[in-house]
Amino acid sequence: MPDGADIPKDAEPLLRVRDLRTWFFTDAGVVRAVDGVSFTLHRGETLGIVGESGSGKSVAAKSIMHLLEEPARIVAGSIRFRGREITALSEAELREIRGAEIAMVFQDPMTSLNPVLRISRQLIETMTAHDRFTSAAARARAASLLGRMGIAGPAQALDSWPHQFSGGMRQRVMLAMGFANEPSLILADEPTTALDVTIQAQILDLLRALNADLGTAVILISHDLGVIATICSRVLVMYAGEVVEEGRPEDLLTDPRHPYTWALLHAAPRLDGTAGDRRLATIEGQPPDARAWPEGCRFRARCPFAIDACAQHPELLPIDSHRSARCWVTQGGAALHPPAPRAAAGVAAAPQAAAPAPLLLVAGLVKHFPLPRENFLEQHRVLRAVDGVDLQVFPGETVGLVGESGCGKSTLARLVMRLEEPTAGRILFDGQDISHASQSAIRPLRRRMQMIFQDPYASLNPRMMVGEILAGPLRLHGLAHGAADARAQVGELLNLVGLPRESAARFPHEFSGGQRQRISIARALAVQPVFVVGDEPISALDVNIQAQIINLMIGLQERLNLTYLFIAHDLAVVRHISDRIVVLYLGRVVETAPAAALFRQPLHPYTVSLISAVPTLDASASKRRIVLGGEVPSPLNPPSGCHFRTRCPAAAARCAAEAPVLAEVAAGHRVACHFPGALATA
Amino acid sequence: MSPPAFGAALTDAAAASLSATATASGTGRRRRWLRRYLLPAIGGAVIAAWLLAALLAPWITPYAPDTVNVAGRLAAPSLAHWLGTDELGRDVLTRIIYGARTSLTVGFSVVLIGSAAGTLVGAVAAYARGWAEEVLMRATDLMFCFPPIILAMAIAAALGIGTRNTVIAMLVVWWPKFARLARSLVLGQRSLEYVAAARTIGFPPSHILFRQILPNAVGPLVVLITLDLGNAILVFAGLSFLGLGVVPPTPEWGSMVSEGRELVSQWWVATFPGIAILTVVIGFNFVGDGLRDWLDPHARRR
Amino acid sequence: MLRYIASRLVIAAAMVLLATLIIFLIANTVPGDPVLTQLGDIAANNPAIVEAYRHKWGLDLPMGERYWVFLRGLAHGDLGISISSQRPVIDDIAQYAPATIELSTVAFMLSLIFGLPLGVLAAMKRDSWIDHVARVLSLTGVSAPTFWLAFIMLAVFYGWLGWAPGPGQIGGDQFPPPVVTGFMLIDAPLAGQWATFRDALAHLVLPSIVLASATMGLITRTTRAAMLEALSQDYIRVARAKGLRRHAIMLRHALPNALLPVVTLGGLAYAQLLTGTVLTETIFSWPGLGRYTFQSAEILDFPAIMGVTLVVAIVYVIVNLLVDVSYALLDPRVMRR
Repeated sequence: MPDGADIPKDAEPLLRVRDLRTWFFTDAGVVRAVDGVSFTLHRGETLGIVGESGSGKSVAAKSIMHLLEEPARIVAGSIRFRGREITALSEAELREIRGAEIAMVFQDPMTSLNPVLRISRQLIETMTAHDRFTSAAARARAASLLGRMGIAGPAQALDSWPHQFSGGMRQRVMLAMGFANEPSLILADEPTTALDVTIQAQILDLLRALNADLGTAVILISHDLGVIATICSRVLVMYAGEVVEEGRPEDLLTDPRHPYTWALLHAAPRLDGTAGDRRLATIEGQPPDARAWPEGCRFRARCPFAIDACAQHPELLPIDSHRSARCWVTQGGAALHPPAPRAAAGVAAAPQAAAPAPLLLVAGLVKHFPLPRENFLEQHRVLRAVDGVDLQVFPGETVGLVGESGCGKSTLARLVMRLEEPTAGRILFDGQDISHASQSAIRPLRRRMQMIFQDPYASLNPRMMVGEILAGPLRLHGLAHGAADARAQVGELLNLVGLPRESAARFPHEFSGGQRQRISIARALAVQPVFVVGDEPISALDVNIQAQIINLMIGLQERLNLTYLFIAHDLAVVRHISDRIVVLYLGRVVETAPAAALFRQPLHPYTVSLISAVPTLDASASKRRIVLGGEVPSPLNPPSGCHFRTRCPAAAARCAAEAPVLAEVAAGHRVACHFPGALATA
Repeated sequence: MSPPAFGAALTDAAAASLSATATASGTGRRRRWLRRYLLPAIGGAVIAAWLLAALLAPWITPYAPDTVNVAGRLAAPSLAHWLGTDELGRDVLTRIIYGARTSLTVGFSVVLIGSAAGTLVGAVAAYARGWAEEVLMRATDLMFCFPPIILAMAIAAALGIGTRNTVIAMLVVWWPKFARLARSLVLGQRSLEYVAAARTIGFPPSHILFRQILPNAVGPLVVLITLDLGNAILVFAGLSFLGLGVVPPTPEWGSMVSEGRELVSQWWVATFPGIAILTVVIGFNFVGDGLRDWLDPHARRR
Repeated sequence: MLRYIASRLVIAAAMVLLATLIIFLIANTVPGDPVLTQLGDIAANNPAIVEAYRHKWGLDLPMGERYWVFLRGLAHGDLGISISSQRPVIDDIAQYAPATIELSTVAFMLSLIFGLPLGVLAAMKRDSWIDHVARVLSLTGVSAPTFWLAFIMLAVFYGWLGWAPGPGQIGGDQFPPPVVTGFMLIDAPLAGQWATFRDALAHLVLPSIVLASATMGLITRTTRAAMLEALSQDYIRVARAKGLRRHAIMLRHALPNALLPVVTLGGLAYAQLLTGTVLTETIFSWPGLGRYTFQSAEILDFPAIMGVTLVVAIVYVIVNLLVDVSYALLDPRVMRR
């Protein structure tokens, strides 16, 4: 990994951005998305930009390529790239730079490729557009590029259509396009956010290798400090349109000098965290409105360290030779010391031994979706979403369900809630078999089991006021006596989730994502359930808001004695919130264990590699990373025997012939593997 | 990194550039507003004028619609007869204003009943899924095998001539497009999590479909209804032109054009009723087109 | 691909069969007694004649059997006897169809040639004057009643200005070429009658413009909307980031995607054209199916109306089949997985 600090300071930098301001001139006012960003990037350097949504990191990247659309405009500042002033270039001159000297890789590989053009054409035109290659030379190079990006059978891949590729494969194609003209700078805007964690590890590995081999400078934009730390030698932290801290990742991760960086670090649950207070450190409130940044330090209102000097707007000033921060508190060279910890909340009960009868019992559960046929001369194809799952949830505990996309975790949640009817197997809720019960038979039970959904923008009916959304369940289940009582209960529910009572008279679109998720939780709690399923309830939120919602859910669990089935793809979050964890792969449970035991000693090769693939915030960690090859097979046609064998580094002949059963290897630790423990990170 | 003075100077420059762009975008906004709302406003005014004329027909027309005056037949437009007279000496302007009553009534009844029926079929099909969806949507597909006016013509011919029968014939061919649109809208909404949330709470399907999903699907339906009002008036005029619309003495635009179609030198007999059709239909299309732009997230940038 | 087409064919066949059922039901279950409408007043008042008529046409049989008889007749091309021409309806249709096919094909071409580029241009130069002109033009096109437009065009360009030839397929001074295909534009050159060919072309101008106006409006609006939709996609931003030229982005990336919804529109546009012929041909004295339908409707020639409806439905099913297949050819996602 090239180290930015080793490059002589007097060399002409590749890119020098000075006081960049990119504003959006909307009808609702001027949105100052990027409002004073400066940084320098040297040849071959890897720079990370981290920040939450709305911090301006993505707009800053687009400004570098001048890829802005109305109503966005660069109103001030300078962007010098290899001695040329980007902001002064004509559209034709910019075109010569775009894709040739600076290339960009975007977030969503599923929509970034043109669906009606072959891969070959999209890759070749990138090269021929800049007249560096003849089309014959470009074609030959295209195959070798795909091969370099780790695509098996590149010649055949060239002739494919985008829809025939998975997300990870498409992102490799996007990288091939990015590197096609050997640019001196690659801008990667959240390139792995849409991908599963094992695929993310592959792509990050690839990006790092390309940087090392070709010397291409990389600007990696991400909301995830861990992702940035695995690749970058320098990090910019952005907040409210400006850079608030800059430095080496190891410094930032261990000794942040801006309170916002500090908050980012502490809000994220950690894989290596110690079990203690279950609550995460969060900062209050929301980021400020980009149409009217507050006077003084833009972070002041949320800052736990704020002092009087913060009424003045601080500049980004160097702290030592490697780093700088935009903060009055650390200006003197002091480190940030966390404020006194809040009064410890009740320690989580250890529920394993306590409860004999499971609240939820799932046995041999199967859900097969017949796919609509293209035409009736074809065979019916069946999607094996859930393929034989056993699961128990005891009263008062939190069971975490993890797995990558396609593992069936969401389908399992919908089956448990009986939004879907199982193909086979049994679901018992509190001893009552609801596997095939009619909707009217289940209706009384719905008071006792509820669900929190993933997408805060889709899970609330946009046409209903918050008051109606919350009063509906009360009225349906006869919990409110008259309109006044319903109003009072709605007010209490809003207070319970930390929202003001007046929210009842507002519509969902008036709230932020985190606030909407609070409303969604209030709706689930309206009927006073004992069991709540959370289907990725925090996946769509920024890290600080995630922490707020996790804290809220933990607090509610303690107050209301709730039982949670918590679904997520983020291992650190699941580890933080769960008592027990169930790992799913292609519709089957591969391992289940108490949270601490699972992370201390994972036994299934899949669990081991999953944990290993998570980018950690621990800069000093020198653990061996296991990067799984290949893609998750399609649930339309899963491999025989053990579903994981096609990607398993420890697979043997037996794994193809015989599906392993879920067997207990230690107290509460069960694993479905013929060779448990064969793969280890230590 | 960046020294304070440098940043401050640029901020001033930025502020200056901001105030310049702000005034520029002020006039730009006015022009944008005009561009966006001029055509729908014209359309709305035209429709309002026609509705008013239809409503007040007996009071604002100078003659009775069916007073025959053979002596004054085929008179060119004059002060007495602004738009001339037809082959039976009836005042063309009077008949056009009375014709608005027929056209607007037929247009509204066909589209409102047809859209209600079609929406019901499509929405139920999309929410029920399974065999109910199969049956309902195959029936809808089948209706799409016939070009609407041809099938309406066949049905109208079978039922016999008369406004009521023509409306029935048009209704038969009218609902399918609303069924298709409603189905796709409900399918789109159905996959959203708020519907799953309503199901986990235990709301019955009818509540979810009619109280939660349909209000969210109303926008595109209203656009289609508006555009379709013009279309229905056009089709009805066409059927009347073919002689399948109204019974002869009734003033109706399509049949008026039909009566004047051989009279090239007495151009006013056919020309003015046609202009009446054109203005009403274009009015609905302007309004519908504006509504569509307004609802379309791509078109409605900032 | 073949498998896809085969399955589409089976569906199309099923649709045609169901269409015959609908026609049969309209003809046989509507309140008006078809016997009374087909017999004259005097004959209808004579029970013996009515009875004989019913027996002759199998109208005294049960419904199911009657449908079977109807289907068997259809299989032999029997659509009944036209009341006005007293000839088999199928012969009438065969005689009049070529003129209509000729006219609607030319109109379809016209609306594509002008509608597609106008829609693309309107989307590319959005909110410019060309966009506004395209919008007003296309909205007026779909709003103008075809039969009235036909009248106005004829009155202005033939009656008043004298720029265009009058009604009819060819002028009165031309001899129609011997019928080979029935298509004037093919038969005339075959017979070496180039003057007739030119005259026929001139006669096509006004009716095809009238017929194309509404279809063109529809195509322009759809193309514009589809282009704007395509231009808002992520892959367009990627194409910009690659440094492609603007016209390459528009024509190579946006247009192929925008064409998909336009192809789907093909069926609808064709239906509009068929509707248009019924209303246009009469005014232009065009010897096609449209005028035949109009004349049949005027005198309630029931077998003729039903025959035309059925034939049009079959044509329409075939058009939609072609639309489905060309969509599958254009969109790689339909079949190649």
